[in-house]
Amino acid sequence: MPWLWAASLAVLLPAAAWALLLSPADWQQGETVRIMYVHVPMAWLAMSGYAGLALASAVALIWKHPLADLAAREISPVGAVATALCLATGSLWGRPMWGTWWAWDARMTSVLVLFFLWMGHAAITRAFEDEERGARMGAILALVGVVNLPIVKFSVDWWNTLHQPASVARMGGPSLHVSMLGPLIACAVGFSLLFATLVLARVRAAVMERRVQALELARAREADRAPAEALPA
Amino acid sequence: MSGAASTIRRGGGLGVAAAKRRRRIWVMALCGLGIGAAAALALTAFQDNLVFFRSPSDIVAAAPPDGRAFRLGGLVEAGSVVRDGAEARFRVTDGANTIAVTYRGVLPDLFREGQGVVALGKLRPDGGFAASEVLARHDETYMPPEVKDALQRSGHWNPEQGAAPPASGWNTMQTSGQTSGQTSGQTTGQPPAQPTRTGG
Repeated sequence: MPWLWAASLAVLLPAAAWALLLSPADWQQGETVRIMYVHVPMAWLAMSGYAGLALASAVALIWKHPLADLAAREISPVGAVATALCLATGSLWGRPMWGTWWAWDARMTSVLVLFFLWMGHAAITRAFEDEERGARMGAILALVGVVNLPIVKFSVDWWNTLHQPASVARMGGPSLHVSMLGPLIACAVGFSLLFATLVLARVRAAVMERRVQALELARAREADRAPAEALPA
Repeated sequence: MSGAASTIRRGGGLGVAAAKRRRRIWVMALCGLGIGAAAALALTAFQDNLVFFRSPSDIVAAAPPDGRAFRLGGLVEAGSVVRDGAEARFRVTDGANTIAVTYRGVLPDLFREGQGVVALGKLRPDGGFAASEVLARHDETYMPPEVKDALQRSGHWNPEQGAAPPASGWNTMQTSGQTSGQTSGQTTGQPPAQPTRTGG
């Protein structure tokens, strides 16, 4: 784990310097374009993280693997934060460039739905006394929500929106100058490492928590059986 | 749960557990198909309500009822902007059709000729459009000022005329003093007639 934290910082810090200090401003957006270096990685993580959640949910439902349930449960708060940051930075970017904080176009609305899916998953998996039941409900919600992913991605192509079409993953190559594409990819790698680190740390903590609970339970049982011996003097 | 998992592992793909698992995969695939089809149908049915704005050609083909507010989107036609005190007049075009717009208020910073705009408002009896809100809609291209200047100087792009040329023609164009994609503050770029490409 410590090396994962180190790797995240080792990529993220130089990437941030490259994005915020060394990369050029945009010819029409000026310095405001630097919001992109947080906004776009957060958007990518919101979606790829959700694909990961759906995968874990499918594994949990089909193979009933308890670790998949745990991974699904622990990824959703991190994914919700990434999606919230994507929406917040988008709003801060939209106000000076487009002239509005928010518009109900297909891209923004579908990302808001993605945020609600993340929040809903985080809530529903924790809503039941019976954890297994909560995990199953959460897995079903996560899988139903997958239908939203292509809508988010292709909303800008299927319908006309205020949000512009994709600049990186598009036909005909990135419509982003290489001097901006470089730091964007670096930031995306850095934030992805950080995302993975946070999720793994949460999963590890959850596994330990369960181990502690199991040990305490075993100890309590033992204490029930032999009250005098259980507590050493 | 752990009981079921260990049964599956011991079963090794045979027996009741494997059959159950196969059934779960099928149920999941069918549900996925159903949800996907339902979503596709719903989105197709509500197509008209999912668009954020309508183009001048859409309006010419089927004008919205009088007095009904809607959003008009397109490019600000080159040479059409007239500022008259607090009022701005310009034409919005999609290449095929054009609609004259009047707007009283603050225009966004990115507003210029050749820029995308989305205006909220109503059609006037004379066929013009009275906007109550104008948003800028920039395209998906991002480039340093040096690259834009180079494209403009060499006659490959006039931003007032609309969208930038295909990205592959300039997205790796080298600007003077730029090494590994870092800006130098210099304003001279190489002409895109023979675009130089950086290694990556």
